Parts: sequence; C-alpha cells; structure tokens
Amino acid sequence: MNRALTASLPGSADARHIRWRRLVDRGFQALALAVLLATLAALAALIADVWRDGAGRLSWDFVTSFPSRRASQAGIWHALTGSIFVLVLTAAIAVPIGVAAAIYLEEYGSRSRSARLIEINITNLAAVPSVIYGLLGLSLFVRMLALGRSVLAGAATLALLVLPIVILSTREALRAVPKSVREGSYALGATKWQTIWHQVLPVAFPGILTGLILALSRAIGETAPLITIGAVTFVTFAPDSIWSPFTVLPIQVFNWVSRPQPEFQANAAAGILVLLALLLTMNAAAIWLRDRYRRKDAA
Amino acid sequence: MNVHGDLGALVGRSKVQRVEFVIEWALFLCALLSVGTTIGIIAVLAVETAAFLREVSVLEFLFGTEWTPLFAAPKFGVLPLVTGTALVSLIAMAVALPMGLLSAVYLSEYADPRVRRFVKPVLEVLAGIPTVVYGYFALLFVTPVLQELIPDLAGFNALGPGIVMGIMILPLVSSLSEDAMRGVPRGLREGSYALGATKMQTSLRVIVPAAFSGITAAFILAVSRAIGETMIVAIAAGQQPRLTWDPTVPIETMTTYIVQVSLGDTPQGTLEYRTIFAVGMLLFLGTFGLNVISAWLRERYREEYA
Repeated sequence: MNRALTASLPGSADARHIRWRRLVDRGFQALALAVLLATLAALAALIADVWRDGAGRLSWDFVTSFPSRRASQAGIWHALTGSIFVLVLTAAIAVPIGVAAAIYLEEYGSRSRSARLIEINITNLAAVPSVIYGLLGLSLFVRMLALGRSVLAGAATLALLVLPIVILSTREALRAVPKSVREGSYALGATKWQTIWHQVLPVAFPGILTGLILALSRAIGETAPLITIGAVTFVTFAPDSIWSPFTVLPIQVFNWVSRPQPEFQANAAAGILVLLALLLTMNAAAIWLRDRYRRKDAA
Repeated sequence: MNVHGDLGALVGRSKVQRVEFVIEWALFLCALLSVGTTIGIIAVLAVETAAFLREVSVLEFLFGTEWTPLFAAPKFGVLPLVTGTALVSLIAMAVALPMGLLSAVYLSEYADPRVRRFVKPVLEVLAGIPTVVYGYFALLFVTPVLQELIPDLAGFNALGPGIVMGIMILPLVSSLSEDAMRGVPRGLREGSYALGATKMQTSLRVIVPAAFSGITAAFILAVSRAIGETMIVAIAAGQQPRLTWDPTVPIETMTTYIVQVSLGDTPQGTLEYRTIFAVGMLLFLGTFGLNVISAWLRERYREEYA
C-alpha cells in the first residue's frame, strides 16, 4: 500500500509519529520562549531591586549634596558634575577624531592595504577589556604626559576607549548614504572633500549622531578604567577645570556599594537610579533620532 | 583628479587640490591613531612587565600557586588569579551560551516580527546597563537569593557574579548568533521543510550547523568579554586570591586585582605597581588571542555565504 496514504490515516504509526514530532517542536518553542522571558525577567528583577532599595533616598537634596561620612546626608553632586564634565570632554576628543577616521576608512582608503590593517586593528581594539585602557591611561596620560589624575586624563582615556565604537558606527552611517548622492555631486564638478562635506555628511548626520550617543552612553557607565587611572573616590567639590581631580557617578556607586552599612547601599541604589535615568535619556534620544531618520528616508 | 598620497600634488597644483591633499592626510592620521592606541597598549604593558620580570622569574609568575604581592614576604604566582577568572567566566558561559543560543534560535526562527521589534531593544538595554549596576545586583540581590538555596554560600563568591555576568553577556551571544542564523540562505531552510522537517529539526540540524562558525565567533567573543569584565567581580566576588574551583567561596580575578591595587595609593616604579601591568599583559594576551580567533571565524563565515 502507498505510504503517503497510510500516513494520513488517523491512529496509524506515521500519524502518531507526526503528532509526536509536533509536540516536541512545540515543547522546544516553549523552552526557547521561556529562556527569552527569563532574560527579560532578570532585567525586570534588576530594576525592581534597585528601585526598591533606592527610591526612598531619591530627592533633590540627594542630587545636589556633596559626599558625607553620614549616609543620610551624602549626595552625588560632585559625582554627577564629574560624570558630565568627563563625558563632554570625552566627546570633544573622540567625536572629531572618530568621525574623521571613519570618513577616511569609508570614503578614501577602503581598498588600500593600510586601510584594511587599520580596520582589523579597530575591530580588535573594540574588544580589548576596558580595564586595559585604564592601564594605558595611567601610564601614558597620568604619568608620561603628566596630566595627573585629572578630568583631562580621564576623558582622554575614555576617548581612546570609545573611539573604536565611534568609528564603527560612523562608518555604518556613511555606508548607508546612497551612491547616487556622491555621483550627483561629482557630476556637478565637486571635489571629493566638497562632496563629503556638503553632501555625504549632512545625509549621514542623524545616523552618525545616533552612533555617537550610543558610544557616549558606554563612556558614562565606565568605572574600571577611571579607577585604574586613579580617579579619587572621595572628593568634596565639583570639578571646575580640566585639571581638577574628579570622581564619576559609577565610581561613587562602587564606593557606596562596597561599604557594609545598608544606608550607604541605599545611596548606591539611588545613585544607580540617577545613572540609569541619564542613560535612558541618552538612549531615548538616540532611538528618537533613528526613527526620525527612517521616516524621512521612507518619505 | 586622483591625489591619493602623492606628494607631488603639493607642488604646482591648484589651491583646491592642495586642500584636498591636506584633508586626506589629516583624516588618515586620525585613522592611524587607532593603530597608535594598540601600539601604546602593547608598549606600556611590555615595558612594565619586562621590569617586573627582571625581579620575578617568569616561571614563578606563571606557575606559582600563591599570589600575595602586598604581603611582607610577597609571592608572585598568578595561578590563583587565573583560576579565579576562569571559574567566574565558566559559570558566566554556562548561563550565557545555552540561554543566548536558545534566545537567538527563537528570535531568528520562531518569533513574530512584532515580538522581535519589542525584544531586540530590550536586549539592547540589557547590554547597555553599566557593569557597576550588575555588580550591585550580584552582591545585594542574586547572592542573598542563592544563599537561601545554598546556606554555605559566602557573601562574596564566584557563583552569584558568574550568573549575573552570564546575564550581562547573554545579549551579545544572542544578537551575534541571531545575525549568523539570519545570514543562512533561505534555500537551506526551505529545503529542510520540504523534506518534512519540523522547525526545531530545521533550527538545530540545519540552521545552527550552517551558522556554526558565526555562532562560535559569538561564543569566543563572549568568553573574551567575561575574562575582561571587571566591576561585577570587583564588587561581588571578593578580593581573596585562592587556588580553588569551589564557586561558593571568595576568590579574586585578574581584573579585580588591578582595581584593588589602583584603589590604594601605589607609588610608581615599585614592584607592586608593576604587578598590575604584568597581570594586565596576561589579560590582554588572553583576550586578544580570543578576539583574533573570533574575527577570523566571522570572516570565514561571511565568505561561506557571501
């Protein structure tokens, strides 16, 4: 008898086999979904835990106060200003250099051997542990260039750290610019740089900006490299120049979480909430830009 | 029109062409800075490590079983730090690999596009959370919960931070593996379905093997991330270098040691100061090796389905 016919008969061995295979498939799908949900649950648990521990400490006073030996009076003003100062300076260093490097790799040297080498090198740099950048910063910026444990040394270290990310994301944004934009410009007699400056960069701008924000949101959460270059953990003033000693929000959180008293750990949780709020704002800005860009593209 | 790297372009050309030439070189120098960074890292680590190895023999450093550089009678055997790092990384990978791969299979083969659109950004958020936050979570949430299950678990241990590190790395594994699976040509999928295979059979026996080098690349990169991860272990794993595979007791990783010494006021040029560079060198070589293998595998994968 024809096998294809028996397979369709209910109750036959083949039909049972098919049912069994469907069941296994369903089970596997459920397992995979469960794993995904577990991951999301972990994120929810993390945020709920931090919120439960820290929400009670959040207040305007907490944001505007300096550190103190008494947990209930301690605040994050010095760390928050330190973080923002370092971030702005990091951007000032990393953005022009990173965008320039990306333009070179994407628009000029994409086929040359040196460009290929630089590319491989950048991919590797992006995966070097951040604490290693701290060792580089300590030796190069703090000691050799004698910048001391200053805002400038911290920003320079973080700039090197985010540079690969800036370059990779900028290249992607440049790659998304249609060839016709460049060709149209050349056809009108523009030089290469004129084409890049007046045509390619404006089109790629939202994409570049999105990548920059994401790269900088990496910088604002970094702790290890700044501890390694010797950012101090107890400062009682906000940094007022690029030569000031400084601390940043993640280091302040680390300092508080390392203390045994629950009051300080509550401060750490509140500090984390401020840090996450800052990050969320940056990410939201990046996503908003990306969406706006896409819609314009579609129009 | 072509002014590529031609020094002659500076002479006897129009102003526009000279500007073009200067700009290209300026851009090139910016790109070259990344090579400078690599050279800087290697040079800094090499110089200090060489100075360290003049006072401590390579054999003692690599194979010694005691790490007490801050004691009066210092011992410089790095093995306890290496095993500490390996232990936490192993636990992290035991979490991140199966879960990351299953998430990737689900997102790539099963999920509704609407689910993907929701889940992918959430995973991105997970990947973007600062590691100091994960450290807090490991020390003050995961470890206490685990202590309910394992009463002997110390307050600082390898297990809690290992699991949390796994959660932190999971998005990386998941998104890179998913990219690799989605890169598998449709034809392979359709051929498998045409032969009567279920989705699970297709995923596990066709898609995963076809994307194997891409997935392996993701795994290796994840291992490299785990080894280099600092704040989670610095906060939650303790600062006691000990040669053990017991995940319930305090240990110390290579990264934690660097942070621990950096927090103190270490005078430059002392042996103690140099230890962090020697440990850093080991860390760099380990992660760099893994990154190179990972990049090579990714490249191979790209060629397979180009």
